[in-house]
Amino acid sequence: MNRFVCLRPTSVAEAVAAASEPGSAYLAAGTNLLDLMKGGVARPARLVDVTHLPGLGAIETLSDGAMRIGALVKNSTLAYDAAFSARFPAVAEALLSGASAQLRNAATVGGNLLQRTRCPYFYDTASACNKRAPGSGCDAIGGANEGHAVLGFSDHCIATHPSDFCVALTALGAIVEIEGEGGRRDVPITDFYRLPGDTPEKETVLSPGEMVVAMRLPADSTAFSANQRYLKVRERTSYAFAVVSAAAALRLEDGRIAEARLALGGVAAKPWRAEEAEARLAGRHANRAAFEEAADLTFAAAKPSGDNSYKITLGRRLVTRALLLAAAGTPDHLPALPASPFAETPAGVLPEGVAHV
Amino acid sequence: MSEIAQLSPGPRQRHGSSIGQPLTRADGRLKVTGEAIYAADNHPDGLLHAVIVPAKIARGRVVSLDLDAARAHQGVVEIMTPENRPPLAMDPFEKSNPLMFRMHLLSDATVRYAGEPVAVVIAETLEAAKEGAALLAPRYEAETPEVTLDAAAYTPETVGPGQPAEAAKGDVDAGFAAAAQVIEAVYETPPQYHNAMEPHAVVARFDGDSLFLDMPTQGLAMSRMRLAGLFGLTPDNIHIRSPFLGGGFGSKGAVSSPEALGILAAKLTGRPVKLVLAREEMFGPVGHRGQTRQTLRLGLDAAGALTALTHHTRASTSRFDEFIEPSSGVGQSLYKVPALHTAHEGVRLDIGTPSFMRAPGEASGSIALESAIDEAAFAAGMDPLAFRLENYAEVEPISGKPFSSKALKQCYTKAAERFGWAGRPLRSRQMRDEAGRLLGWGMGTAIFPALMFQGNARAVIRRDGTGVMEAGAHDMGQGAWTALAQIAADSLGLTIETLDFRSGTSDLPDAGIAGGSTHTATAGNAIHRAGTAAIDKLTALAVNDESSPLFGAGNVGVVASEGRLTRRDDETASESFADILTRAGLEEIAADGQAAADPSAQEAYAMHAHGAVFAEVAVDPELGQIRVTRLIGAFAAGRVINPRMVESQYLGGMIWGLSFALHEKAVHDRRSGRIVNANFAEYRVPVNADIQGLEAILVPEEDPHVNPLGIKGVGEIGITGTAAAIANAIFHATGKRVRSFPIGLAEVL
Repeated sequence: MNRFVCLRPTSVAEAVAAASEPGSAYLAAGTNLLDLMKGGVARPARLVDVTHLPGLGAIETLSDGAMRIGALVKNSTLAYDAAFSARFPAVAEALLSGASAQLRNAATVGGNLLQRTRCPYFYDTASACNKRAPGSGCDAIGGANEGHAVLGFSDHCIATHPSDFCVALTALGAIVEIEGEGGRRDVPITDFYRLPGDTPEKETVLSPGEMVVAMRLPADSTAFSANQRYLKVRERTSYAFAVVSAAAALRLEDGRIAEARLALGGVAAKPWRAEEAEARLAGRHANRAAFEEAADLTFAAAKPSGDNSYKITLGRRLVTRALLLAAAGTPDHLPALPASPFAETPAGVLPEGVAHV
Repeated sequence: MSEIAQLSPGPRQRHGSSIGQPLTRADGRLKVTGEAIYAADNHPDGLLHAVIVPAKIARGRVVSLDLDAARAHQGVVEIMTPENRPPLAMDPFEKSNPLMFRMHLLSDATVRYAGEPVAVVIAETLEAAKEGAALLAPRYEAETPEVTLDAAAYTPETVGPGQPAEAAKGDVDAGFAAAAQVIEAVYETPPQYHNAMEPHAVVARFDGDSLFLDMPTQGLAMSRMRLAGLFGLTPDNIHIRSPFLGGGFGSKGAVSSPEALGILAAKLTGRPVKLVLAREEMFGPVGHRGQTRQTLRLGLDAAGALTALTHHTRASTSRFDEFIEPSSGVGQSLYKVPALHTAHEGVRLDIGTPSFMRAPGEASGSIALESAIDEAAFAAGMDPLAFRLENYAEVEPISGKPFSSKALKQCYTKAAERFGWAGRPLRSRQMRDEAGRLLGWGMGTAIFPALMFQGNARAVIRRDGTGVMEAGAHDMGQGAWTALAQIAADSLGLTIETLDFRSGTSDLPDAGIAGGSTHTATAGNAIHRAGTAAIDKLTALAVNDESSPLFGAGNVGVVASEGRLTRRDDETASESFADILTRAGLEEIAADGQAAADPSAQEAYAMHAHGAVFAEVAVDPELGQIRVTRLIGAFAAGRVINPRMVESQYLGGMIWGLSFALHEKAVHDRRSGRIVNANFAEYRVPVNADIQGLEAILVPEEDPHVNPLGIKGVGEIGITGTAAAIANAIFHATGKRVRSFPIGLAEVL
């Protein structure tokens, strides 16, 4: 077998020192990394197992009302945390719409931030992929690319980021806490990911050895709890990655939008924050016309990277729907089919009469 | 095989015979507790692990392998390539019958499809074998592959398992000329790959001239014959154990190249070898459902009666062997039509050879035919059920023969009532759910031929009053351990608890292939005959013995039940099996039974199982996401041995139909020819959340002609009808007729 070293440090500082060596990779639950290693897509020389590190497993409410989530908190633990899901119901909904129950019980918050794309050419080691083998080319361009990016892609890479969780985090302005040899730093999640440009292998701003130790949802993000949804269109009802997804959050005052937050999944190499659309919505009445305008703005710069122009059409409609759902109010209970168009839907959200389909 | 002796007897409460009782699975407890031993669970002493090295190109040749690097890896024992592959007793390319498939067993450096094994790495551990395979790093000379149906076509001599490529009846041109309107449409179905939960696996061990195999197979005897030919062994010296299959779906019928390579690896190393395919390795060397492009033409008169029907299929096959998905056959037997023509053409592609995949031909053909029928009903302005009743066939259209039995009308009625079909709006886009989603209702007719192979069984009645039934049958998960034991118990006049049912190994009588929905009919009738013959012998002992209370009962006959023979006309005259054998001084009596299709009945009757499936779909009017909210099927398939198992077969088939309609599709990269979604995340099959309302109704049907037990097959029919019912419901919901499958949200946006 391919020999690699597996280290199990006892402190974050030790872990960071170990992982700063070239060829290292952090191992948490391994729900993504182990698959990549088995397929020969990732071949780290040393694994730094962080699963036993102390102090990374807490869900805390800070004095200002912000919440801080340790990197080793399990996806399912966070989704079912009552205090968390009350403040950030769309994040809980996003978490529960991803993967399967078994994977959510294993996968960690920190690992989710760093999961790799599902682009088939990234996984197929016989294909050219600049992300896996920099400089080799991109076989997704001109290949089977119905699921690929429509925003922010480059001639070097058209892959998308697969996470649901990170889309909701992006909408709500989460802060990623990072520890490295130089100490600790905070990076807003919107700055955490890079677009591919000509270096698609560099997916985040992490330096070698830097470790995600927690993420924070700041105090101002709690103001959206009454009106937020995550909505995900996929090719089967569960256990599928998003074709396109959206997290929408509104702060409403007297029927007007005081502040809007909007992010999309499945459209770009990173969770896509739609700041122009957010700005356009501020001060507007929360109605379909305003939301359709925001949706158009969100996709104004979109273009197909292959056989995927339908994602632009779909994305516009999805954004409109997600905003309508958010405006209709956060449901009392998480739906049985989280984030699904087939979840219980309040009256008046779906258009009457003429429809697009 | 001690694990088989622990099969649980099922619930004790029975009413009369075992046949017809909804017994739970005899192997259920073993499976849910993980105690069932599947092929790959075996670890003989000295075991080596082998992995195939799948080709990464679809056409060309291997120009180099880094043998030194692979051999140098710790634990690697041997690398099998065309250079050192042990000789075979026959060319694996030879093909003497249509159930055989040509194999390339490292014969040369040519690559014929992506995923073709180009080497086998054998090591002390699986990990070492895998790393050795990676280090082998084949280099290729690649040529441009062809993987779409747009390539040049040819006319094959036969399709499927040797059926005629073309069939015709009546004057088609006249039929279309007489039509008030003609519907023509082209439907496309994708390549689909068998993905049983249990991948193909073999644990092989040679001992002198004997070969011992743990290998899941749907055809123990057929596999044994194939391997005997390849390895130059006598069939009796090949011992295959296949007590459980984690699904087969047609791909475990014929021996395919990975299993043969695993056996060759054992031969090369002189040690036991295990070879288990990884999931992605299932996409290539073990068969698949070939892609099709089907053109349907239907002529209708003013009253909506069919005047002519043509069904022409273009289907893929490999460059080195032939299996043409026989999709056009389904139209020959379903609707009353004075003129019909069915034909096929093949396209040779750089792919693994297609093969039998659950309802081969019927599944892909019925989705096209039943979609076209829906289009015709719509064009005629008729309700789809009324249209089908208008065109109901009382005799088989292609042959003119009467049906041996056909309870299709009852299926229509029962399923339609249960579904609430009456009052369905004719036009599309008329129904919404409470939230405003578009709703649609569609239907499809299900049909599958009632076939039989030849099968054998051996029955024994023992002096202690218990019985043994031996039949080399195959439990693929469908319930053969249970249903065949029920038949065996009845045939021997025993309760199921006092019967030792032995199955699943090649050393037992050949009970026929588990394929073509034939297994219960074939093995079951052989078992019935063996048991009946044994009872006849026992009866002869008793009625000719002056000291038996049954003496002289030969003319009135006896009944065997619960381990006793009883005079048919006198319940008080009775004797136990044990007493009869004891007095006769016999340890046991045994009898063989054989069953096969009756040629005279086949000549006289058309034999099919039928069904009707109704589907409701909800479609998001903006986002296009589709969900099947209700599926109700009613099926008539002759005598039901175990209604619980039969219902499971119908439900499983209907779920596959849903998968066909909405999910399953292997995607080739057109440039490389590789399949880009060869994994369970991206090769989509339905998950639990995709199945909402699902119901199968068992419609009673007696068939005096198909076979003595009156059994038709139930394993495959559920797919047929279902897939089109869903497509038709999507049309009814959205007004969009999608003719390319699977139907994804991009198609309805």
